[in-house]
Amino acid sequence: MSDVTRAEVCTVAVAEAFRGAGEILVSCFGTTPAVGARLARLTFEPDILMTDGICSLLGNVDPVSGEKGEPVIEGWVPFRSIFDLLWGGRRHVMMIASQIDRYGNQNFACIGEHAKPKAQLLGMRGAPGNTLSHRTSYWIPNHSPGVFVEKVDVVSGVGYDRAAQLGPQTAKHHDIHRVISNLGVFDFETPDHRMRLASVHPGVSVEEVVEKTGFELAIGDAVAETRLPSPEELQLIREAIDPKGFINKEVRS
Amino acid sequence: MDKRTTEAEAVAELRDGMTIGFGGWGSRRKPMSIVREILRSPLRDLTVVSYGGPDVGLLCKFGKVKRLVYGFVSLDSIPLEPHFRRARQEGSIPEVRELDEGMLQWGLYAAAIRLPFLPTRAGLGTDVMEINPELKLVTSPYEDGESLVAMPALELDVAFIHQNRADMHGNGQYLGPDFYFDDLYCMAAKKRFMTCEKIIDTKDFLSEGSLHTLRINRTMVDGVIEAPGGAHFTECPGDYGRDEKFQSEYAATAKDDEAWEAFRAEYLDLPEADYQKKVAAR
Repeated sequence: MSDVTRAEVCTVAVAEAFRGAGEILVSCFGTTPAVGARLARLTFEPDILMTDGICSLLGNVDPVSGEKGEPVIEGWVPFRSIFDLLWGGRRHVMMIASQIDRYGNQNFACIGEHAKPKAQLLGMRGAPGNTLSHRTSYWIPNHSPGVFVEKVDVVSGVGYDRAAQLGPQTAKHHDIHRVISNLGVFDFETPDHRMRLASVHPGVSVEEVVEKTGFELAIGDAVAETRLPSPEELQLIREAIDPKGFINKEVRS
Repeated sequence: MDKRTTEAEAVAELRDGMTIGFGGWGSRRKPMSIVREILRSPLRDLTVVSYGGPDVGLLCKFGKVKRLVYGFVSLDSIPLEPHFRRARQEGSIPEVRELDEGMLQWGLYAAAIRLPFLPTRAGLGTDVMEINPELKLVTSPYEDGESLVAMPALELDVAFIHQNRADMHGNGQYLGPDFYFDDLYCMAAKKRFMTCEKIIDTKDFLSEGSLHTLRINRTMVDGVIEAPGGAHFTECPGDYGRDEKFQSEYAATAKDDEAWEAFRAEYLDLPEADYQKKVAAR
Protein backbone atom coordinates (compact mmCIF):
# COMPACT_ATOMS: atom_id res chain seq x y z
CA MET A 1 0.00 0.00 0.00
CA SER A 2 3.04 2.26 -0.13
CA ASP A 3 1.72 3.77 -3.35
CA VAL A 4 -1.37 5.27 -1.66
CA THR A 5 -1.42 9.02 -2.32
CA ARG A 6 -2.13 11.71 0.26
CA ALA A 7 -5.21 12.66 -1.74
CA GLU A 8 -6.53 9.13 -1.42
CA VAL A 9 -6.06 9.24 2.35
CA CYS A 10 -7.97 12.57 2.38
CA THR A 11 -10.70 11.01 0.27
CA VAL A 12 -11.23 8.23 2.79
CA ALA A 13 -11.20 10.78 5.63
CA VAL A 14 -13.97 12.67 3.81
CA ALA A 15 -15.96 9.48 3.37
CA GLU A 16 -15.55 8.75 7.08
CA ALA A 17 -17.01 12.18 7.89
CA PHE A 18 -20.22 11.01 6.21
CA ARG A 19 -20.39 7.72 8.14
CA GLY A 20 -23.76 7.43 9.81
CA ALA A 21 -25.32 10.07 7.55
CA GLY A 22 -28.22 7.84 6.53
CA GLU A 23 -30.83 9.21 4.15
CA ILE A 24 -29.81 12.85 3.81
CA LEU A 25 -28.50 15.10 1.05
CA VAL A 26 -24.72 15.38 0.96
CA SER A 27 -23.36 18.50 -0.77
CA CYS A 28 -19.67 18.95 -1.43
CA PHE A 29 -17.35 21.69 -2.62
CA GLY A 30 -13.91 20.75 -3.90
CA THR A 31 -12.72 17.69 -5.79
CA THR A 32 -11.64 15.48 -2.91
CA PRO A 33 -14.94 15.92 -1.03
CA ALA A 34 -16.82 15.06 -4.23
CA VAL A 35 -14.85 11.83 -4.55
CA GLY A 36 -15.05 11.04 -0.84
CA ALA A 37 -18.83 11.43 -0.68
CA ARG A 38 -19.22 9.11 -3.66
CA LEU A 39 -16.93 6.61 -1.98
CA ALA A 40 -19.10 6.68 1.15
CA ARG A 41 -22.21 6.13 -0.95
CA LEU A 42 -20.66 3.20 -2.82
CA THR A 43 -19.53 1.52 0.41
CA PHE A 44 -20.93 2.10 3.90
CA GLU A 45 -23.52 4.88 3.31
CA PRO A 46 -25.61 3.68 0.36
CA ASP A 47 -28.66 5.79 1.29
CA ILE A 48 -27.16 9.28 0.98
CA LEU A 49 -28.58 11.56 -1.72
CA MET A 50 -26.50 13.60 -4.13
CA THR A 51 -27.30 16.05 -6.89
CA ASP A 52 -25.79 16.40 -10.35
CA GLY A 53 -24.62 19.89 -9.33
CA ILE A 54 -27.62 21.47 -11.02
CA CYS A 55 -31.01 20.34 -9.80
CA SER A 56 -31.42 16.62 -10.34
CA LEU A 57 -30.99 14.02 -7.62
CA LEU A 58 -28.91 11.18 -9.04
CA GLY A 59 -30.01 7.61 -8.45
CA ASN A 60 -26.61 6.43 -9.61
CA VAL A 61 -23.11 7.51 -8.59
CA ASP A 62 -21.56 9.54 -11.37
CA PRO A 63 -17.77 9.65 -11.66
CA VAL A 64 -15.90 12.86 -10.88
CA SER A 65 -13.53 12.32 -13.80
CA GLY A 66 -13.79 10.16 -16.90
CA GLU A 67 -16.86 9.01 -18.82
CA LYS A 68 -20.11 10.05 -17.12
CA GLY A 69 -22.54 7.67 -18.83
CA GLU A 70 -26.32 8.05 -18.71
CA PRO A 71 -27.51 9.58 -15.41
CA VAL A 72 -30.29 7.91 -13.44
CA ILE A 73 -32.47 10.73 -12.12
CA GLU A 74 -34.37 9.98 -8.92
CA GLY A 75 -35.66 13.43 -8.10
CA TRP A 76 -35.89 17.14 -8.84
CA VAL A 77 -34.47 19.74 -6.46
CA PRO A 78 -34.59 23.24 -7.93
CA PHE A 79 -33.03 25.91 -5.70
CA ARG A 80 -36.40 26.54 -4.09
CA SER A 81 -36.48 22.92 -2.85
CA ILE A 82 -32.82 22.98 -1.83
CA PHE A 83 -33.43 25.99 0.41
CA ASP A 84 -36.39 24.24 2.04
CA LEU A 85 -34.41 21.04 2.42
CA LEU A 86 -31.42 22.70 4.03
CA TRP A 87 -33.44 24.74 6.51
CA GLY A 88 -35.32 21.51 7.20
CA GLY A 89 -32.01 19.98 8.16
CA ARG A 90 -31.74 16.77 6.12
CA ARG A 91 -28.33 17.67 4.79
CA HIS A 92 -24.62 17.52 5.53
CA VAL A 93 -22.56 20.06 3.62
CA MET A 94 -18.80 20.07 3.24
CA MET A 95 -17.73 23.61 2.42
CA ILE A 96 -14.32 25.17 1.83
CA ALA A 97 -12.86 27.52 4.42
CA SER A 98 -10.50 30.27 3.29
CA GLN A 99 -10.02 30.99 6.98
CA ILE A 100 -11.11 29.02 10.04
CA ASP A 101 -10.51 29.63 13.74
CA ARG A 102 -10.27 27.35 16.76
CA TYR A 103 -14.04 27.32 17.30
CA GLY A 104 -14.83 26.58 13.68
CA ASN A 105 -15.88 30.08 12.66
CA GLN A 106 -15.42 30.03 8.91
CA ASN A 107 -14.74 32.70 6.33
CA PHE A 108 -14.97 32.30 2.60
CA ALA A 109 -16.58 35.71 2.06
CA CYS A 110 -13.62 38.06 1.76
CA ILE A 111 -10.18 38.89 3.13
CA GLY A 112 -9.83 42.19 4.95
CA GLU A 113 -12.71 44.42 5.95
CA HIS A 114 -16.07 43.65 4.41
CA ALA A 115 -16.63 47.31 3.56
CA LYS A 116 -13.59 47.33 1.27
CA PRO A 117 -11.99 43.91 1.12
CA LYS A 118 -8.39 43.28 0.12
CA ALA A 119 -9.67 40.22 -1.68
CA GLN A 120 -13.31 39.53 -2.44
CA LEU A 121 -13.87 35.77 -2.21
CA LEU A 122 -17.11 33.83 -2.74
CA GLY A 123 -19.17 35.90 -0.32
CA MET A 124 -21.53 34.64 2.37
CA ARG A 125 -23.40 32.33 -0.02
CA GLY A 126 -25.45 29.87 2.07
CA ALA A 127 -22.96 29.48 4.93
CA PRO A 128 -24.90 31.46 7.59
CA GLY A 129 -28.06 29.39 7.10
CA ASN A 130 -26.22 26.11 6.56
CA THR A 131 -24.27 26.29 9.78
CA LEU A 132 -27.37 26.92 11.92
CA SER A 133 -29.52 24.37 10.09
CA HIS A 134 -27.62 21.14 9.65
CA ARG A 135 -24.32 19.33 10.03
CA THR A 136 -21.42 21.12 8.38
CA SER A 137 -17.84 20.03 7.72
CA TYR A 138 -14.96 21.85 6.08
CA TRP A 139 -12.38 20.87 3.50
CA ILE A 140 -9.04 22.66 3.43
CA PRO A 141 -6.74 21.42 0.68
CA ASN A 142 -3.86 23.69 1.70
CA HIS A 143 -3.25 23.64 5.44
CA SER A 144 -1.38 26.79 6.48
CA PRO A 145 -1.27 29.40 9.26
CA GLY A 146 -3.01 31.77 6.84
CA VAL A 147 -6.03 29.46 6.75
CA PHE A 148 -6.04 28.18 10.33
CA VAL A 149 -6.09 31.61 11.94
CA GLU A 150 -6.48 33.12 15.38
CA LYS A 151 -9.36 35.29 14.13
CA VAL A 152 -11.21 35.15 10.82
CA ASP A 153 -11.60 38.48 9.01
CA VAL A 154 -15.32 37.95 8.37
CA VAL A 155 -17.60 35.28 9.84
CA SER A 156 -19.66 33.55 7.15
CA GLY A 157 -20.10 30.18 8.92
CA VAL A 158 -20.97 30.08 12.62
CA GLY A 159 -18.47 28.46 15.00
CA TYR A 160 -19.07 26.95 18.42
CA ASP A 161 -18.32 30.03 20.55
CA ARG A 162 -20.74 32.18 18.58
CA ALA A 163 -23.32 29.37 18.54
CA ALA A 164 -23.07 29.19 22.35
CA GLN A 165 -23.73 32.94 22.55
CA LEU A 166 -26.89 32.47 20.47
CA GLY A 167 -28.29 30.10 23.08
CA PRO A 168 -29.60 26.55 22.95
CA GLN A 169 -32.77 27.34 20.97
CA THR A 170 -31.10 29.05 18.05
CA ALA A 171 -28.07 26.76 18.07
CA LYS A 172 -29.95 23.48 18.45
CA HIS A 173 -29.10 22.36 14.91
CA HIS A 174 -25.56 23.79 14.88
CA ASP A 175 -23.11 20.94 14.36
CA ILE A 176 -19.62 21.46 12.98
CA HIS A 177 -18.55 17.90 12.51
CA ARG A 178 -15.08 17.63 10.97
CA VAL A 179 -12.40 19.73 9.41
CA ILE A 180 -10.31 17.77 6.95
CA SER A 181 -7.10 19.20 5.58
CA ASN A 182 -4.27 17.82 3.50
CA LEU A 183 -2.43 17.20 6.78
CA GLY A 184 -5.00 15.74 9.13
CA VAL A 185 -8.50 15.37 10.49
CA PHE A 186 -9.87 17.72 13.15
CA ASP A 187 -12.98 17.71 15.31
CA PHE A 188 -14.42 19.74 18.19
CA GLU A 189 -14.74 16.98 20.77
CA THR A 190 -13.35 19.03 23.64
CA PRO A 191 -15.18 20.43 26.68
CA ASP A 192 -15.46 23.93 25.20
CA HIS A 193 -15.55 22.82 21.54
CA ARG A 194 -12.08 23.99 20.63
CA MET A 195 -10.66 22.37 17.56
CA ARG A 196 -8.82 19.13 18.29
CA LEU A 197 -6.35 17.26 16.17
CA ALA A 198 -8.14 13.94 15.72
CA SER A 199 -5.61 12.26 13.43
CA VAL A 200 -2.62 13.04 11.26
CA HIS A 201 -2.36 11.61 7.78
CA PRO A 202 0.37 8.97 7.33
CA GLY A 203 3.69 10.72 6.75
CA VAL A 204 2.64 13.90 8.60
CA SER A 205 3.98 14.68 12.08
CA VAL A 206 2.05 16.37 14.87
CA GLU A 207 4.81 19.01 14.87
CA GLU A 208 4.17 19.84 11.24
CA VAL A 209 0.46 20.32 11.92
CA VAL A 210 1.19 22.54 14.92
CA GLU A 211 3.68 24.59 12.92
CA LYS A 212 1.20 25.17 10.13
CA THR A 213 -1.73 26.07 12.40
CA GLY A 214 -2.11 29.70 13.47
CA PHE A 215 -3.80 28.92 16.78
CA GLU A 216 -3.31 26.44 19.59
CA LEU A 217 -4.94 23.13 18.81
CA ALA A 218 -6.19 20.71 21.42
CA ILE A 219 -3.92 17.69 21.13
CA GLY A 220 -4.33 14.45 23.09
CA ASP A 221 -1.49 12.36 24.48
CA ALA A 222 -1.58 9.94 21.59
CA VAL A 223 -2.68 11.25 18.21
CA ALA A 224 -4.00 8.59 15.87
CA GLU A 225 -3.02 8.18 12.26
CA THR A 226 -5.74 8.63 9.62
CA ARG A 227 -6.59 5.22 8.26
CA LEU A 228 -5.47 4.08 4.83
CA PRO A 229 -7.96 3.14 2.13
CA SER A 230 -8.86 -0.54 1.92
CA PRO A 231 -8.00 -2.33 -1.34
CA GLU A 232 -11.69 -2.19 -2.29
CA GLU A 233 -11.82 1.57 -1.60
CA LEU A 234 -8.65 2.18 -3.60
CA GLN A 235 -10.10 0.31 -6.52
CA LEU A 236 -13.33 2.33 -6.36
CA ILE A 237 -11.44 5.63 -6.21
CA ARG A 238 -9.03 4.77 -9.01
CA GLU A 239 -11.30 2.88 -11.36
CA ALA A 240 -14.89 3.96 -10.75
CA ILE A 241 -14.98 7.46 -9.24
CA ASP A 242 -11.85 9.31 -10.29
CA PRO A 243 -10.05 7.36 -13.03
CA LYS A 244 -8.15 10.44 -14.15
CA GLY A 245 -6.87 11.13 -10.64
CA PHE A 246 -8.17 14.71 -10.32
CA ILE A 247 -7.81 14.47 -6.53
CA ASN A 248 -4.05 14.17 -6.94
CA LYS A 249 -4.01 17.59 -8.60
CA GLU A 250 -5.89 19.11 -5.65
CA VAL A 251 -3.67 17.47 -3.01
CA ARG A 252 -0.05 16.70 -3.92
CA SER A 253 1.62 13.80 -2.16
CA MET B 1 -54.96 42.03 -22.75
CA ASP B 2 -52.07 42.64 -25.12
CA LYS B 3 -49.09 43.47 -22.87
CA ARG B 4 -46.43 43.46 -25.56
CA THR B 5 -43.86 46.21 -25.24
CA THR B 6 -40.15 46.84 -25.81
CA GLU B 7 -37.00 47.08 -23.70
CA ALA B 8 -36.83 50.82 -24.41
CA GLU B 9 -40.40 51.42 -23.21
CA ALA B 10 -39.87 49.31 -20.10
CA VAL B 11 -36.62 51.01 -19.14
CA ALA B 12 -38.21 54.42 -19.82
CA GLU B 13 -40.44 53.74 -16.83
CA LEU B 14 -37.46 53.51 -14.47
CA ARG B 15 -36.37 56.47 -12.39
CA ASP B 16 -33.13 57.29 -10.60
CA GLY B 17 -33.05 55.77 -7.13
CA MET B 18 -35.56 53.00 -7.81
CA THR B 19 -35.28 49.49 -6.38
CA ILE B 20 -35.02 46.95 -9.18
CA GLY B 21 -34.93 43.15 -9.04
CA PHE B 22 -33.51 40.82 -11.67
CA GLY B 23 -34.64 37.18 -11.93
CA GLY B 24 -32.46 34.25 -12.93
CA TRP B 25 -29.49 33.00 -10.94
CA GLY B 26 -25.79 33.75 -11.45
CA SER B 27 -25.11 33.38 -15.15
CA ARG B 28 -28.41 31.62 -15.81
CA ARG B 29 -31.46 32.99 -17.63
CA LYS B 30 -30.80 36.63 -16.81
CA PRO B 31 -32.81 39.39 -18.53
CA MET B 32 -29.66 40.69 -20.19
CA SER B 33 -31.32 42.66 -22.99
CA ILE B 34 -32.91 44.79 -20.26
CA VAL B 35 -29.58 45.12 -18.45
CA ARG B 36 -27.98 46.31 -21.71
CA GLU B 37 -30.80 48.82 -22.18
CA ILE B 38 -30.21 50.18 -18.67
CA LEU B 39 -26.48 50.48 -19.40
CA ARG B 40 -27.30 52.71 -22.37
CA SER B 41 -29.62 54.89 -20.27
CA PRO B 42 -28.69 57.81 -17.99
CA LEU B 43 -30.24 56.02 -14.98
CA ARG B 44 -28.29 56.09 -11.73
CA ASP B 45 -28.43 55.48 -7.97
CA LEU B 46 -30.33 52.23 -8.38
CA THR B 47 -30.89 49.72 -5.62
CA VAL B 48 -30.34 46.35 -7.27
CA VAL B 49 -31.69 43.10 -5.79
CA SER B 50 -30.34 39.91 -7.36
CA TYR B 51 -28.93 36.43 -7.11
CA GLY B 52 -26.24 38.16 -9.05
CA GLY B 53 -24.46 37.36 -12.26
CA PRO B 54 -23.31 39.62 -15.10
CA ASP B 55 -26.37 41.81 -14.45
CA VAL B 56 -24.73 42.96 -11.24
CA GLY B 57 -21.19 43.01 -12.66
CA LEU B 58 -22.20 45.23 -15.57
CA LEU B 59 -24.44 47.58 -13.61
CA CYS B 60 -21.65 48.08 -11.06
CA LYS B 61 -19.08 48.61 -13.81
CA PHE B 62 -21.28 51.32 -15.32
CA GLY B 63 -21.73 53.00 -11.94
CA LYS B 64 -25.49 52.49 -11.91
CA VAL B 65 -25.70 50.96 -8.46
CA LYS B 66 -26.06 52.89 -5.23
CA ARG B 67 -27.12 49.95 -3.10
CA LEU B 68 -26.62 46.28 -3.85
CA VAL B 69 -28.76 43.65 -2.10
CA TYR B 70 -27.53 40.17 -2.99
CA GLY B 71 -26.94 36.58 -1.99
CA PHE B 72 -23.86 36.21 -4.21
CA VAL B 73 -22.49 37.44 -7.54
CA SER B 74 -21.18 34.59 -9.71
CA LEU B 75 -20.72 33.57 -13.33
CA ASP B 76 -21.11 29.89 -12.32
CA SER B 77 -18.29 28.51 -14.48
CA ILE B 78 -16.27 31.43 -13.07
CA PRO B 79 -17.19 31.27 -9.37
CA LEU B 80 -16.79 35.00 -8.65
CA GLU B 81 -18.03 37.71 -11.04
CA PRO B 82 -14.76 39.52 -11.88
CA HIS B 83 -16.22 43.00 -12.42
CA PHE B 84 -18.08 42.70 -9.13
CA ARG B 85 -14.84 41.55 -7.46
CA ARG B 86 -13.07 44.61 -8.75
CA ALA B 87 -15.86 46.96 -7.70
CA ARG B 88 -15.82 45.45 -4.21
CA GLN B 89 -12.05 45.68 -3.87
CA GLU B 90 -12.10 49.25 -5.10
CA GLY B 91 -14.93 50.04 -2.69
CA SER B 92 -16.93 51.58 -5.51
CA ILE B 93 -20.37 50.21 -4.53
CA PRO B 94 -21.66 52.80 -2.04
CA GLU B 95 -23.96 50.52 -0.01
CA VAL B 96 -23.34 46.78 0.15
CA ARG B 97 -26.09 44.65 1.67
CA GLU B 98 -24.86 41.08 1.44
CA LEU B 99 -27.27 38.43 2.70
CA ASP B 100 -27.34 34.68 3.11
CA GLU B 101 -28.87 33.22 -0.06
CA GLY B 102 -31.92 31.97 1.82
CA MET B 103 -32.50 35.35 3.46
CA LEU B 104 -32.81 36.96 0.03
CA GLN B 105 -35.52 34.49 -0.90
CA TRP B 106 -37.24 35.17 2.41
CA GLY B 107 -37.23 38.94 1.79
CA LEU B 108 -38.70 38.51 -1.67
CA TYR B 109 -41.28 36.03 -0.38
CA ALA B 110 -42.32 38.37 2.44
CA ALA B 111 -42.84 41.17 -0.10
CA ALA B 112 -44.66 38.78 -2.44
CA ILE B 113 -47.21 37.78 0.20
CA ARG B 114 -47.37 41.29 1.69
CA LEU B 115 -45.88 40.56 5.10
CA PRO B 116 -43.53 43.02 6.80
CA PHE B 117 -40.96 40.29 7.47
CA LEU B 118 -40.41 36.56 7.76
CA PRO B 119 -38.44 34.99 10.62
CA THR B 120 -35.29 32.96 10.09
CA ARG B 121 -32.19 31.81 11.95
CA ALA B 122 -29.97 32.47 8.95
CA GLY B 123 -27.59 35.34 9.57
CA LEU B 124 -27.45 35.04 13.36
CA GLY B 125 -23.94 34.68 14.72
CA THR B 126 -22.34 35.84 11.46
CA ASP B 127 -21.17 39.15 10.06
CA VAL B 128 -24.38 39.32 8.01
CA MET B 129 -25.77 41.11 11.06
CA GLU B 130 -22.99 43.75 10.97
CA ILE B 131 -23.11 44.17 7.20
CA ASN B 132 -26.87 44.78 7.37
CA PRO B 133 -27.36 47.16 10.31
CA GLU B 134 -31.06 47.54 9.43
CA LEU B 135 -31.77 43.92 10.39
CA LYS B 136 -33.79 43.54 13.56
CA LEU B 137 -34.63 40.53 15.70
CA VAL B 138 -38.04 39.19 16.64
CA THR B 139 -38.90 36.95 19.58
CA SER B 140 -41.13 33.95 19.08
CA PRO B 141 -44.37 34.56 21.05
CA TYR B 142 -44.62 30.84 21.78
CA GLU B 143 -43.05 28.80 24.56
CA ASP B 144 -39.70 28.43 22.83
CA GLY B 145 -39.16 32.21 23.04
CA GLU B 146 -36.53 31.95 20.35
CA SER B 147 -34.88 35.06 19.03
CA LEU B 148 -34.88 35.15 15.23
CA VAL B 149 -33.93 37.50 12.43
CA ALA B 150 -36.95 39.39 11.11
CA MET B 151 -35.95 39.42 7.46
CA PRO B 152 -37.73 42.51 6.09
CA ALA B 153 -39.80 42.38 2.92
CA LEU B 154 -37.70 43.34 -0.10
CA GLU B 155 -40.25 45.43 -1.93
CA LEU B 156 -39.25 46.16 -5.49
CA ASP B 157 -40.32 49.07 -7.66
CA VAL B 158 -39.71 47.05 -10.80
CA ALA B 159 -38.85 43.41 -11.53
CA PHE B 160 -37.38 41.98 -14.72
CA ILE B 161 -37.34 38.28 -15.57
CA HIS B 162 -36.52 36.27 -18.70
CA GLN B 163 -38.48 33.20 -19.78
CA ASN B 164 -38.22 30.83 -22.75
CA ARG B 165 -41.80 31.31 -23.93
CA ALA B 166 -44.58 33.74 -23.15
CA ASP B 167 -47.90 34.79 -24.58
CA MET B 168 -48.86 38.41 -25.14
CA HIS B 169 -51.05 38.33 -22.04
CA GLY B 170 -48.16 37.82 -19.64
CA ASN B 171 -48.14 34.08 -19.05
CA GLY B 172 -44.59 32.75 -19.01
CA GLN B 173 -42.92 29.38 -19.46
CA TYR B 174 -39.42 28.17 -18.55
CA LEU B 175 -38.01 25.19 -20.45
CA GLY B 176 -34.84 24.62 -18.44
CA PRO B 177 -34.45 22.60 -15.23
CA ASP B 178 -35.06 25.40 -12.69
CA PHE B 179 -37.52 28.27 -12.35
CA TYR B 180 -35.25 29.99 -9.76
CA PHE B 181 -37.11 32.75 -7.90
CA ASP B 182 -38.61 34.53 -10.88
CA ASP B 183 -42.19 34.31 -9.62
CA LEU B 184 -41.16 35.87 -6.31
CA TYR B 185 -39.39 38.77 -8.01
CA CYS B 186 -42.56 39.50 -9.96
CA MET B 187 -44.82 39.18 -6.95
CA ALA B 188 -42.54 41.43 -4.88
CA ALA B 189 -42.65 44.27 -7.43
CA LYS B 190 -45.05 47.08 -8.25
CA LYS B 191 -44.25 46.88 -11.97
CA ARG B 192 -43.20 43.65 -13.71
CA PHE B 193 -41.60 43.04 -17.10
CA MET B 194 -40.92 39.66 -18.68
CA THR B 195 -38.61 39.24 -21.64
CA CYS B 196 -38.81 35.95 -23.51
CA GLU B 197 -37.15 34.10 -26.35
CA LYS B 198 -40.41 33.83 -28.24
CA ILE B 199 -44.00 34.99 -27.91
CA ILE B 200 -46.40 32.19 -28.81
CA ASP B 201 -50.15 31.60 -28.86
CA THR B 202 -51.54 30.61 -25.46
CA LYS B 203 -52.82 27.35 -26.91
CA ASP B 204 -49.28 26.30 -27.88
CA PHE B 205 -47.74 26.32 -24.37
CA LEU B 206 -48.35 22.65 -23.70
CA SER B 207 -46.74 21.58 -26.95
CA GLU B 208 -43.57 23.34 -25.72
CA GLY B 209 -43.44 21.88 -22.20
CA SER B 210 -45.45 20.26 -19.41
CA LEU B 211 -48.06 22.02 -17.30
CA HIS B 212 -45.41 22.43 -14.56
CA THR B 213 -43.29 24.71 -16.73
CA LEU B 214 -45.99 27.42 -16.59
CA ARG B 215 -44.67 29.07 -13.46
CA ILE B 216 -45.46 32.69 -14.36
CA ASN B 217 -49.12 33.63 -14.72
CA ARG B 218 -50.45 36.91 -16.05
CA THR B 219 -51.28 38.36 -12.60
CA MET B 220 -47.51 38.60 -12.18
CA VAL B 221 -46.66 40.53 -15.34
CA ASP B 222 -47.39 44.00 -16.76
CA GLY B 223 -45.26 43.96 -19.86
CA VAL B 224 -44.05 41.23 -22.24
CA ILE B 225 -41.04 41.74 -24.49
CA GLU B 226 -39.97 39.35 -27.21
CA ALA B 227 -36.19 39.23 -26.97
CA PRO B 228 -34.58 36.36 -28.88
CA GLY B 229 -31.11 35.86 -27.41
CA GLY B 230 -32.21 38.19 -24.62
CA ALA B 231 -30.42 36.17 -21.93
CA HIS B 232 -27.12 36.03 -23.84
CA PHE B 233 -24.38 35.43 -22.71
CA THR B 234 -26.01 33.72 -19.75
CA GLU B 235 -27.62 30.34 -20.36
CA CYS B 236 -31.24 29.88 -21.35
CA PRO B 237 -31.59 26.10 -21.32
CA GLY B 238 -34.24 24.79 -23.65
CA ASP B 239 -33.06 27.37 -26.18
CA TYR B 240 -29.31 27.79 -25.71
CA GLY B 241 -26.46 27.16 -23.32
CA ARG B 242 -24.15 29.72 -21.80
CA ASP B 243 -21.79 31.37 -24.29
CA GLU B 244 -18.68 30.40 -22.34
CA LYS B 245 -16.29 31.89 -24.86
CA PHE B 246 -18.06 35.24 -24.76
CA GLN B 247 -18.28 35.08 -20.98
CA SER B 248 -14.52 34.42 -20.71
CA GLU B 249 -13.81 37.45 -22.89
CA TYR B 250 -16.13 39.55 -20.75
CA ALA B 251 -14.48 38.26 -17.57
CA ALA B 252 -10.98 38.98 -18.86
CA THR B 253 -11.84 42.66 -19.38
CA ALA B 254 -12.03 43.15 -15.60
CA LYS B 255 -8.23 43.02 -15.48
CA ASP B 256 -7.50 45.13 -18.53
CA ASP B 257 -9.00 48.60 -18.96
CA GLU B 258 -8.06 48.78 -22.62
CA ALA B 259 -9.74 45.44 -23.30
CA TRP B 260 -12.77 46.68 -21.38
CA GLU B 261 -13.07 49.82 -23.50
CA ALA B 262 -12.80 47.71 -26.65
CA PHE B 263 -15.41 45.24 -25.36
CA ARG B 264 -17.74 48.04 -24.40
CA ALA B 265 -17.43 49.74 -27.79
CA GLU B 266 -17.86 46.46 -29.63
CA TYR B 267 -20.85 45.08 -27.72
CA LEU B 268 -22.45 47.52 -25.32
CA ASP B 269 -22.51 51.00 -26.85
CA LEU B 270 -24.95 49.90 -29.52
CA PRO B 271 -28.61 48.92 -29.85
CA GLU B 272 -29.74 45.42 -28.86
CA ALA B 273 -30.40 44.39 -32.47
CA ASP B 274 -26.79 45.22 -33.37
CA TYR B 275 -25.53 43.34 -30.31
CA GLN B 276 -27.43 40.26 -31.45
CA LYS B 277 -26.04 40.62 -34.99
CA LYS B 278 -22.48 40.82 -33.65
CA VAL B 279 -23.02 37.78 -31.45
CA ALA B 280 -24.47 35.82 -34.37
CA ALA B 281 -21.48 36.74 -36.55
CA ARG B 282 -18.91 35.51 -34.03
